[in-house]
Amino acid sequence: MTTHPTPAHPIALIPVENCYQCGKCTAGCPMAERMDVMPNQIVRLAQLGELERALRAESIWLCVSCQTCSTRCPKSFDCAGLMDILRQQAVEQAKAAPSQVRTQLFQKAFLRNIRRYGRLNELELVRTFKTLAFLKDMNIPFLVKDALLAFKLQQRGKLYLMGERVRDRGVVDRIFQRCL
Amino acid sequence: MSRIGVFTCWCGENIARTVDVERVAEAVAQIPGVRCSVHNKYMCSDPGQTMIREKIASERLDVLVVASCSPHMHLKTFRKAAGQAGINPYLVEMSNIREHCSWVHHDKEKATEKAIQLIRLSVEKVRRNRALEPIKVPVTKRALVIGGGVAGIQAALDIADTGYEVVMVEREPSIGGKMAGLSETFPTLDCSQCILTPRMVEVGQHSRIRLYSYSEVESVDGYVGNFKVTIRQKARYVDIDKCTGCGECWNCCPLKKQLSEFDYGMGTRRAIYVPFPQAVPARPVIDKNACTKLKKGGCGLCEKKCLAKAINFKDQDKLVEELVGAIIVATGYQLYRVGQDQGKRKLSGYGEYGYGRYKDVIDSLQFERLVSASGPTGGVIKRPSDGVVPNTVVFISCVGSRDNAKGLSYCSKICCMYTAKHTMLYKHKVHEGQAHVFYMDIRAGGKNYDEFVRRAIEQDGARYHRGRVSKITEENGKLIVRGADTLAAVPLTIEADMVVLAAAMRPSDGAEELAQELGVGYDEFGFFSESHPKLRPVETNAAGVFICGACHAPKDIPEAVAQASAVAGKVQVMFGHDEMTREPEIASINEQTCAACFACVRTCPYHAIEKTEIRSPKGILVKRTARVNSGLCMGCGTCVSVCPSKSADLEGFSEQQIYSMIESLV
Amino acid sequence: MEIGYYPGCALHGSSNDYEASVHACLKALDVSLRELDDWICCGATAAHSLNHKLSIALPARNLGLAERDGFTQMLAPCPMCSMELIKAGRCLAEDPQVRKEISGIVELPVTGKTKVLNLIQVFQQVGLERLKSSVKTTLESVRAACYYGCLLTRPPETLQFDDCEQPSSMEKILEALGAKVVTWNYKTECCGAGMTMANEETVLDLSHKILSNAAAHGANCLVVACPMCHVNLDMKQGDIESRFNVRHGMVVYYLSDLVGLALGLDPQTLGIDRHFVTRPASPAQVAN
Repeated sequence: MTTHPTPAHPIALIPVENCYQCGKCTAGCPMAERMDVMPNQIVRLAQLGELERALRAESIWLCVSCQTCSTRCPKSFDCAGLMDILRQQAVEQAKAAPSQVRTQLFQKAFLRNIRRYGRLNELELVRTFKTLAFLKDMNIPFLVKDALLAFKLQQRGKLYLMGERVRDRGVVDRIFQRCL
Repeated sequence: MSRIGVFTCWCGENIARTVDVERVAEAVAQIPGVRCSVHNKYMCSDPGQTMIREKIASERLDVLVVASCSPHMHLKTFRKAAGQAGINPYLVEMSNIREHCSWVHHDKEKATEKAIQLIRLSVEKVRRNRALEPIKVPVTKRALVIGGGVAGIQAALDIADTGYEVVMVEREPSIGGKMAGLSETFPTLDCSQCILTPRMVEVGQHSRIRLYSYSEVESVDGYVGNFKVTIRQKARYVDIDKCTGCGECWNCCPLKKQLSEFDYGMGTRRAIYVPFPQAVPARPVIDKNACTKLKKGGCGLCEKKCLAKAINFKDQDKLVEELVGAIIVATGYQLYRVGQDQGKRKLSGYGEYGYGRYKDVIDSLQFERLVSASGPTGGVIKRPSDGVVPNTVVFISCVGSRDNAKGLSYCSKICCMYTAKHTMLYKHKVHEGQAHVFYMDIRAGGKNYDEFVRRAIEQDGARYHRGRVSKITEENGKLIVRGADTLAAVPLTIEADMVVLAAAMRPSDGAEELAQELGVGYDEFGFFSESHPKLRPVETNAAGVFICGACHAPKDIPEAVAQASAVAGKVQVMFGHDEMTREPEIASINEQTCAACFACVRTCPYHAIEKTEIRSPKGILVKRTARVNSGLCMGCGTCVSVCPSKSADLEGFSEQQIYSMIESLV
Repeated sequence: MEIGYYPGCALHGSSNDYEASVHACLKALDVSLRELDDWICCGATAAHSLNHKLSIALPARNLGLAERDGFTQMLAPCPMCSMELIKAGRCLAEDPQVRKEISGIVELPVTGKTKVLNLIQVFQQVGLERLKSSVKTTLESVRAACYYGCLLTRPPETLQFDDCEQPSSMEKILEALGAKVVTWNYKTECCGAGMTMANEETVLDLSHKILSNAAAHGANCLVVACPMCHVNLDMKQGDIESRFNVRHGMVVYYLSDLVGLALGLDPQTLGIDRHFVTRPASPAQVAN
């Protein structure tokens, strides 16, 4: 199925036609070997308007935003930026690859966390993330995996039971409201 | 009052689609002075021209406007037609209602209105045209060829063999250019030196070619047919007339480890050296930056050994002047310097390929020397780091070309072919070896070219991967090449023993400065611009200056040679006449009113205005004034716009004409 | 010299050793840091992955605070924070429309004029000569592999810092302190960044390659200027070792750790004792 982006679609705003498919993005991508759809193929799908396949790809969640692709692209095409847009769209349209759900949950938990406190509360982030992940896949080993780490961090004085919070939390929440 | 004729052309559908030609003709007929306004489907056709001639006679017209295409296309055609009917050709004007109107507009109503206005302008202009005669200048039947690569050699020999004298200037100690260093050539795999060196010798021995090697063009004055060229002969420290080329000097020179320019740093030479055995002239040169004697006194061994007494440590640069009628630029190319600054152009990058850091990452011309029988390894492919024969070689296309971000946007054109050739030569020498090529597209348009690439793949087993390489690192003596094969949709890592980068062709260093000296246009990359991409491919916008070979754009040998012969043909046409005509639409200075501020002298881009003095018959200075050299003036009008006393004016484009054109509109 | 300071969440969380190190070290060099009042999280990968506007607005709020408080320069020792701040700053500086919209969103006028610095740039401002003359203990036994990771130099158009393929700014600083640096291949490869939690396998794999390459080129320690890199290479090193069944034992220093040691500060002050992979951190013994 071809879903041609409308002019207002975020993909339509980036010059996907500039890509001449040399594959340098795929060549340099540290994650390419694990990807189901290569970075250059993701761009190709965007060129063809086959966004459905791109949005459902695992690759967009495997991308670590290291910017190697954009940095070395001979056409200065921002491939990493395209990945961001696809991730945003995939979540919006509920098309994100189920196998990569943990990454999405982590990032959602992250945003939820900073929306609440203005700054990251690491302990709570882990708690939220692990709970969300557990509710999705009921994986007990993953749930308890990092418990030992908490102890080690505490030994080193790196564990804060109470995280920091900003004074003006109202503005943080309003920023989120206006953006989401 | 002139009797003006206006001839409006349909250009088939080209004009008539958007301009109502019949309405135009009717409207134009109303302009005062217009005695005849007619139209024709193709004014440039024979019937169209006949119509013009007939109307001139029947309506007793004395000036004409042809409203059709660009004057670049047909001004000559119409002026000739008018001339045949007895009208001075310079009383014909063209109004461009195609490129300036019908092609760029959609609204027929407005376009028709604009066409009428454009013609109105031309009518006002032509009303004030003066009858002019072409300027005649004598021709010096001698040609200067700048650059002694294969293109320059071909052009020089073709011209000299016709019977005209040629002056050749070559920057390096020997002619031969890049081709002299190549191994074998595509698509026939014939030995580059075997086919080139006889031609070099011909140049060296030709009675009508004067060769200035190790020399550069310092300055160029004069104009078409009459150029005065100053040539700098760089100090060679060897008198090439006395020298017999015996080799005693370079055999005794103790400085053996100088990197050879001819081998692109892959081999060594002495401080006194002949760049390669077949050099023309076969005379040595002393590298003043290396020679102990020249640097700090001492040594001087070569001088003692030289029986011919040809060594002259006191040698200095010399300037010589030559008069020529035509100039041929054949300055060739250099490779994109991978990972380094590219001179004036802000291009660097490719840090990811490690060229310069990893010894076994080399560029394509260096590889040519590695496979060449005359190269530093005697044609045995040994990698530079440790001299081991590489079992896996990766060739990377498009390094610096088709790369907007770090290099040049254009296709370097020959790299696909020479890379295929490299894989073949490698396979022919290292039978067990595997060549890999990373490419984006294979561009093999040319006689037997695609077949050649297929042969590299099908017979010689080169493995082609469609993808670019992202990074090269070195690990335990292997080069780890991280690329992609986009056809298989996989990232691909190859452990290679050597990597060859197909770097892009760029104009030689100094090409832009030379272009400026010659008044020739050049593009954003520094390649010389031709006068017309289809119809005047070897001419330039500077009369009498021609271009051939890779100074114009990336080219392979057959193309460079064909262009060189084309240039020779053009020069022969020019030299076939004893004098040549130039368009008379040039500037003039009213010496009565000139205030001698010389603003025009300073701004004239063609150096066509001189300072001069007017003296009485008794030699008393009456006044100073500026004066236009009619041989040099190109009629650009810059002087007119800068002259504060309104003393400069342009024939055929006078200020009066321009004012009345504007007045007719407002 | 006084400059603004945006610590970012990591330095006020589990990377507090980095903050200790930066503070101690810059204090010794007479650089005083003025922390941005009531700063908020930059949004990091989560924001730019899920919501573009948020990824501009969150850093922009901080830039707005910085402008309000008259900061001309602001250190953000975490490259993720500094990249997000610089990226947002550029968006704001380039487009008046964006400026207007974002100022409304973050409830502060913001133009993006504050210059955001990474840690290396602060050392550069202090000057190599000054560093050289302040050395109390030379780092001659240090053979460092300087690891830049992704976001110190990428994307280059945004950051305009050092050569994105062959950076050398950390090396210059360390060499000024008398340390030796090794030439290696993974300077700018990615360690997996913020995927530590969500995609641990990837992080372990990528970080393992980095550690192995540094060792193979003769390094006895890694030097980073990023809290995430430190987490992946130091905290996760034990997991890497068990997963790949190897022993790395590679000490991972923050750049400020080594500068601090050279200035004669003790490892505790610099927070080096809080690292996971520790060795007696007196520079003389690093080489063992």
